Amino acid sequence: MTVLQSRRPRKNLLLSFVAIVLSVIVFLVPFAFVLLTAIKDQQQASLLDFSWPHQFRLVQNFIDVVQARDYMLIIAFINSTILTVASVTLMVVFGAMVAFVLQRRKSRWNGLVNALVLAGLIIPPAVVPTIWVLQKIGLFRTMPGLILVEVAFGLAFVILLFRAFIGTIPRELDEAAIIDGAGPMRLFFRVILPLLKPVIITSVVVQSVFVFNDFTNPLYFLPGDQNATVQLTLYNFSSQYSTQYNLLFMNILLITIPPLIMYLFFNRQIVAGMTAGAIKG
Amino acid sequence: MATTTVTRSAETRSSAPSAGRVRAKSPYPTWFYLPAAVIYGVLFIVPTLIAFYFSLTRWSIFDSKFIGFGNYVTFFKEPALVTSLWHTLIYAVVTSGLKVVLGLLLAVLLTSQIVARGYLRSVVFFPVLVSTIGVGLTFTVLMNPEKGLINQSLSVIGIQGPGWLTDPSYALLSVALVDVWKGVGLATLIYIAGIVSIPQEYFEAARVDGAGAWDNFRHIVLPLARPATVTVITLSLIGGLRSFDLIWAMTRGGPGFTSDVIASVIYKQYQAGFYGLSTAGNVVLFVVVTAIVLPLSRFLNRKEVEL
Repeated sequence: MTVLQSRRPRKNLLLSFVAIVLSVIVFLVPFAFVLLTAIKDQQQASLLDFSWPHQFRLVQNFIDVVQARDYMLIIAFINSTILTVASVTLMVVFGAMVAFVLQRRKSRWNGLVNALVLAGLIIPPAVVPTIWVLQKIGLFRTMPGLILVEVAFGLAFVILLFRAFIGTIPRELDEAAIIDGAGPMRLFFRVILPLLKPVIITSVVVQSVFVFNDFTNPLYFLPGDQNATVQLTLYNFSSQYSTQYNLLFMNILLITIPPLIMYLFFNRQIVAGMTAGAIKG
Repeated sequence: MATTTVTRSAETRSSAPSAGRVRAKSPYPTWFYLPAAVIYGVLFIVPTLIAFYFSLTRWSIFDSKFIGFGNYVTFFKEPALVTSLWHTLIYAVVTSGLKVVLGLLLAVLLTSQIVARGYLRSVVFFPVLVSTIGVGLTFTVLMNPEKGLINQSLSVIGIQGPGWLTDPSYALLSVALVDVWKGVGLATLIYIAGIVSIPQEYFEAARVDGAGAWDNFRHIVLPLARPATVTVITLSLIGGLRSFDLIWAMTRGGPGFTSDVIASVIYKQYQAGFYGLSTAGNVVLFVVVTAIVLPLSRFLNRKEVEL
């Protein structure tokens, strides 16, 4: 009797209840607060309390946020999209190329490349010298400059993800392709890259979220209102004397939507990418 | 074995521009490194190296003048700057410590038999994906000393909450707590991956021996989740030592300099036009991060092999 009971796992109801209540208080209330404040009018929002809105100003606040400072949010969304798409594409293609050669070919370069990848993960970028270099090559305050900076800072993580995955693809496949007369370019782009689809999705999703949410690099390397990315628009609604909290929170809500969509569609890939290396250490 | 085929394929493609040298015949050409190496070299390696030189100069927009260790002397003499070093260490240790403990507890909870496991996992993890600045501004409002939701709720049960971000002795720790709120989902996820990979036979064997939940945790989960612990500690230390955007969004280093960390000092000095001093801050941060993370990860990983 007791043996049977212990063999069938029973759900611990009390623990579940406590966990759910705590999760609502700790994690859902802040999000609900953002949502509620975003649809209040300015006067009620400035009370900063957790209450039901007197007036539902969802549409009006949305329009106000979009129109603020000459449609800055629209420009910022366009900028962020260009930045994210371009930098993630480049870092995934270039990172995969490095990982491919690094994994397949044992040479005296391997030690150095591995050390550089590790350095890229650990070392904090030197800010002002990077600006100096960008100025020297004429890319400071330009979108291509920021794109290349994001590529440089993101490569190490991508290479790490890809190297582990390429190790699972049998070498015989390379040899078969080579016998069929494929050169390096063909071998990589036509044979290997299509097989990397799972890890490509993982790194694209994870890095897109990182780059889209990045605040520091645009702040340093692409200053100026015309160049703002979405993270910088959050400072549109606070001044020293008054903050339009309803619009601020509407803005927070709007820039949370892209990561939310990513999460809903690619939940499993994000989890896989972010926990990579957890088991191997 | 594959040499002949490789040679033939190279011969047939001898018109290709890169097939000039004998060594370039490998199907895994070294020039695949090139695009990444150029970008990484120019925008990461070069700045990191020249930072050491520029940190020894008085540097403005127009020119730089060599002044030896003047910037470092300034950095370590100015109380506001030295404390930023301590704040950085406190912040990193507090956040990674809490992430390890809470992450492990949450992971054990979320791999046990409870209702709504999927919901709980998503809700714990989602803040990881939300904009750091958005989280920072939201909690700045929630932590408002008079009107904020946190202190309002505390006053209902008769506790007078502190001025989380306005009281000099709490500001840094409050920001650290928000950092944990946002980042604990990742730690939890890494621990879940580690716990799930533990073979079920261990738990079955332990049950035969009459082990309880605590024994399972103490003698199976804790030692076998060690690689996950190493990852969590390393990742959150690196993140915590570099942390800038959350602190900037919540306190801008204030009140006074009581929540300034090295990364925010770097930004402030850069804004003020002291490029040399800012770069010296960067070098200090570089030294702190490598001096802590490299030996630690080597130590943690070596212990793992001995097990």
